[in-house]
Formats: sequence, C-alpha cells, structure tokens
Amino acid sequence: MASVSMRPCGDFRTSYKDDSRLFDTALTARIGIGFLLALYLLVGLPLAFPGLADWPVLGWFADSYFLSLGIQICLYGVAAMGLNILVGFTGQISLGHAAFFGVGAFSSAWLNNTWGIPVVLAIPLAGLMAAAVGLLFGAPAARIKGLYLAIATLAAQFIIEDLFVRLDWFTGGSSGAMANAPELFGFAFDTDQTYFLFALTITIVLTVLATNLMRTRDGRALVAVRDHYLSAEVMGINLTRYRVMSFGLAAFYAGIGGALYAHYLMFVSAEAFTILLSIQFLGMIIIGGLGSVKGSILGTIFMVLLPEVMAGGMGMLQATEWGNQPFLVNGLAFLREMAIGAAIILFLIFEPDGLAHRWRQIRAYWSLYPFSH
Amino acid sequence: MNWELLFQLLLNGIIVGTLYGVVAMCFVLIYKSTQVVNFAQGEFLLIGAWVCWSLLVHWQMPFVVGFLFTLVFMMAFGVLLQIVVLRPMIGEPIISVIMVTIGLSIFMRAAVNWIFGQSAEAFPRIFETDVVSVLGLNVQPAYLMSLVFSLFIMAGFYAFFRYSRYGLAMRATAFNQQVAQSLGISVKTVFALAWAISAMVSALAGVVIGMVNGVSSALSFIGIKVFPAVILGGLDSIVGAVVGGLIVGMLENTAEFVDGQFLHWGNMLTIAPFWVLILLLVLKPYGLFGTKTIERV
Repeated sequence: MASVSMRPCGDFRTSYKDDSRLFDTALTARIGIGFLLALYLLVGLPLAFPGLADWPVLGWFADSYFLSLGIQICLYGVAAMGLNILVGFTGQISLGHAAFFGVGAFSSAWLNNTWGIPVVLAIPLAGLMAAAVGLLFGAPAARIKGLYLAIATLAAQFIIEDLFVRLDWFTGGSSGAMANAPELFGFAFDTDQTYFLFALTITIVLTVLATNLMRTRDGRALVAVRDHYLSAEVMGINLTRYRVMSFGLAAFYAGIGGALYAHYLMFVSAEAFTILLSIQFLGMIIIGGLGSVKGSILGTIFMVLLPEVMAGGMGMLQATEWGNQPFLVNGLAFLREMAIGAAIILFLIFEPDGLAHRWRQIRAYWSLYPFSH
Repeated sequence: MNWELLFQLLLNGIIVGTLYGVVAMCFVLIYKSTQVVNFAQGEFLLIGAWVCWSLLVHWQMPFVVGFLFTLVFMMAFGVLLQIVVLRPMIGEPIISVIMVTIGLSIFMRAAVNWIFGQSAEAFPRIFETDVVSVLGLNVQPAYLMSLVFSLFIMAGFYAFFRYSRYGLAMRATAFNQQVAQSLGISVKTVFALAWAISAMVSALAGVVIGMVNGVSSALSFIGIKVFPAVILGGLDSIVGAVVGGLIVGMLENTAEFVDGQFLHWGNMLTIAPFWVLILLLVLKPYGLFGTKTIERV
C-alpha cells in the first residue's frame, strides 16, 4: 500500500536519522514552511488591516466562501488523518468514523455549555472523550479484524447515532445543541478569517504529531501490524495493545475534528453524523492515498471541492439552453452522492494508491527534469 | 402482558425473518464463492423492486411478464457489475473490496432515488387484500405469499447446490479456487453466476417486500439488516444465514414488544439487532455456524 517516496538516483539514505527526516531535502522544508507562512500572512494581513481586503489577490483570502472551504478542509482533514492512522497505517477498518466525529462535536459543546470549560480546553477534552468512546467500541477490534470489524463498526455507527437522539442531557436530543466560538485571552475567533487561522493552527499541530508518530517505535509497530500481524506478534509487538491504541488515536483525531466542526457552525445536530459522512471519510483517505498523512489532506481537499465544482458546473449548464431542466436542477443532491460513490470506485480501480502517489510521481518528474530516468 | 400482541409480533418476525434469511443467503452466496463482502445487497432489492414497479405501472405489463423481465434485467445487471467493477478488484486487500461495494451502494441508491423519487409508491394489487386468520392471528395474504416464496427460494437454493452441475462448480470454487480452476471449472463464469443469482433472488425479495410495504428507498436498509443476520449465522454458512435472518426478525419484533410495553425508549426495532451484533462479536466472533479460521504462520 504505502510506497517509498521516489528520490533522484544516487540519493541514498545512509543512516536511520536520514530515513526518518520530516522533509526529504532542505528545499522541500523551505517550500512547505514558506507555504504555510504565506497562508497565515495572506489571511492575517487583511484581518489586521481591513483596507487590504479590497486588493485583488488578498481579497480572495478575505472572502468568506473560500475561507469556509478552507475551514472545512481543516476540520474534515483532521478527522481523515485519524482514520488514515487506523486504516492506512494499522490496516483496521472503521465504518463508524462519523459517529466519533459526532461524539467530539457534542462533547465539546456540552463541556463548554454545562461545565463552563473554555472552548480552547474543551476541544482537546472532547478529543479525549471521543477516544474513550472509541476505545469502548474498539475493544472488540482487539479480537476481530477485516470484515468482522467493518460490520462491528457499522453497528457502532448506528448505535451511537441512535444515542445522539436519545441522550437529551448530553446532546439536546433531536433539537440539537448550541456551541460557542472559541476565545483566547479575550480574543474571540468568531469570524471566518479568525476561525480559519485557529483551525489551521490546530490542523498543523495534529499533522506534525501524526507524521512524527510514524517515526516512533509505536508508529512502526502499527505499520508492522498492518503488513503482517503474525510476524509482528512474533517480533514482540503486542497486537491487542496496538490495535486498540490505533482505534483510540483515530477516535481522538475524529473528536478534535468534530469539536472544530461544532464551534465553527455554532450548532450541532445529530443528523450531520450519518453513515454517509463515515463513507465520505473513507473516501477521502482512499482518494488521497492510504498510509499517507499528506494523502489524507489531499483527499479531503478533493472531497470538499467535489460538490462545489459540481455545483459550479451545474450553474454553467443551467445557463445553456438545454441544461436548464428541472430533472437536472433537482438532481444536484443525488448527483453529488453519485459522484462520491463513483470517485471511490474509480480511484480504487485505476489509482489504488491515491492522489499522494500521483503527487510523488509529479514531484519525481520535476526534480529529475529534464532527465527523468 | 399482552399475549396476543406478542404472538402477532412474533409471527410478523418469522415472516420478515425469512425474507431477511433470503437476502442473507444471497449475501453469503457472493461471499462464499467470490470472497467479496457485498455492501450493496440492499440496493439490489431496491433496484429490483423499482424496475418491477415501473414495468407494471408505466408499461402496464401483467405481473408475471413484468416479474420475469425484472429477473432477466437483474441477471444481466449482476453479471455486468461483476465484470466491470468487481473483476478488477480480485486480489486486492479486503478494505478495497469493501470500499468498492460501499461506493457501489451509495452510487446506486442515489441514482435510483434520483430516477424514481424518494417517496414510497404502492405496488398494484396482485393478491386480494382481505386479512386471513391463521390460528386466531391476522395475517396479510401478501405476507403469507412471501413466506411461501421464501421457502420456495430456499428449497431452490438447496436443490441447485446439491444436484446441479453449476451448483457443484460453485461449491468447489468456494472450497478452493485454485483447485477448482485446475479441474476445469471456469472460475470467471462461477463468479458471474454468483452475482447473477444473488441479484435475481434479492430483486425477488425486494418485489415481495414492495408488495407488502410499498416501494421506497427504505428497502435498501434491508441490506444493512442482513449484517446482524449473517454474523449471527456465521458468514460462510447458508443454513446459518437463514437461521440468522429468522433470529433477527424475531429479535427486532420482540424488542419492539418489550419496548412498547415496558421500556418506552423508542426506535428499538432498528437498533436492537445492532446491540446484539456487538455483543456477539465480543463473545463469539465466528457466529453460530461459521467456520473458525485457524491461522498458521
């Protein structure tokens, strides 16, 4: 599943330190960090100086539509990363990821509303609560795998979804729960611009954590469990511990993503966390690439932009003579679901390693240009 | 205690349970012979029922003709699906195979909802509507018909696997693909056949349920109800699938009864089988009749 990233000829790794570098070369490190700094500046500048928002390029970064897409990519991306730790790195499967995402969303709102815990603290606590629920339902995961696990997590999805409506004191029942915007030292992250920066920061921290996990003994143990669990066990890896641990980690990431979701929308309702969202999470990591942290983000970008691009295409189609038919206009919601299903199928058949693989190939092509052999 | 209601619900449970059993059998058939976990089983019911409905209502076909057309359509559909989507997935990890069928399931459900609408439509009446009384309990004739249908299908399955040449080939393939291939069995044909039969029989179940409850997108949920049934019975046992279906049907109706009489929690009909499923997976992961896999290094 996971393949070694392509490097130019003659670029060999001669020490373990080399092998576990975060960035392949100094150049990629500079590009990566520079990109993130530029993102902070481009969003932060119009925020600090509102006059700049009228400028041509900076204006896009103050536009609430683009920012809302960015926020969605951050919060779903965090959850997808968690799922990738479980599916891509440990080789387990979960069809109940949306339920853990929902547990995080409701927990964070509940901790803040009922106990008055500040949102900034409530978000990690919500992650822990989701992890606790994940461990509870992950306990069977210690014994079962593959198909049986898929079905167990499917059952967990339905049970938790049902509990969301049932547990009034926790979730507000069918009417849902309100959530407040996060605040830090009296500064409220309640606009799209500020919230984007907030979510982006958390996403970066969690991305670095996930990447670092893969450089530790625990991370390598997870991969060993995936690749051949019997050999892993023979080599002294405690299977039960790592399977349950990766379940807990996945639920923790999902919980943080869910908490970010709750405080962004400022309203949580049980209908948001259906099996379809679980499937979308799986779609994200499959499209992005199993076993790649970067792939989770790429897949999330794909999945978030897909409906927007479709809506845009539909808008253009309606402007034409024959495209403006009620059959097409009313079918957008269905077309969206069909596109998600089709994307999953097509990627699995034609590009099973996902966008991360494609990305590596493009990079290898350019880093070796013009002699690409 | 309202005994009459309990018996009525249990009877419903048995009837619905046999239908679950039929769908679970189709699921097990695909799993056994092609090693594919079909998460799109419910959509076969949905498509079959809608196709039959539109043939009867829009094309004004007599029931028998429309029904036969539906079966032929579903057979072609199952084979096509196997060749186009599932064949490239042979040898891929189980996660990929599961995800392909999940992708298929949401694709087909959305397409069907788009084409036929989301509201429920009633089937044209095929049997008279008067309620029949069996042992003092009221039963709809369509339900009785469905019971007969299901038993008929199960007998057909048994005969097919026991006596027909293709049934033998399928059992051989399920036992060991490589050996079967070396004995001259076309594994490709067997795979296509498994999907064709599964799609056809599922569509049949879809039509029967559609006749009783009307055709709507809720039919695809049966495909999810099948999971508790097959896990209860053990994934690779056809007899187990039937028993599991019966247990799930009775279980959900008993849960409904207990809930309505004492607990008043609501929604137990849908949720109870999943609670049992989780408990069962913790206690007895290979089901009641499943093969225990013994792993060697």
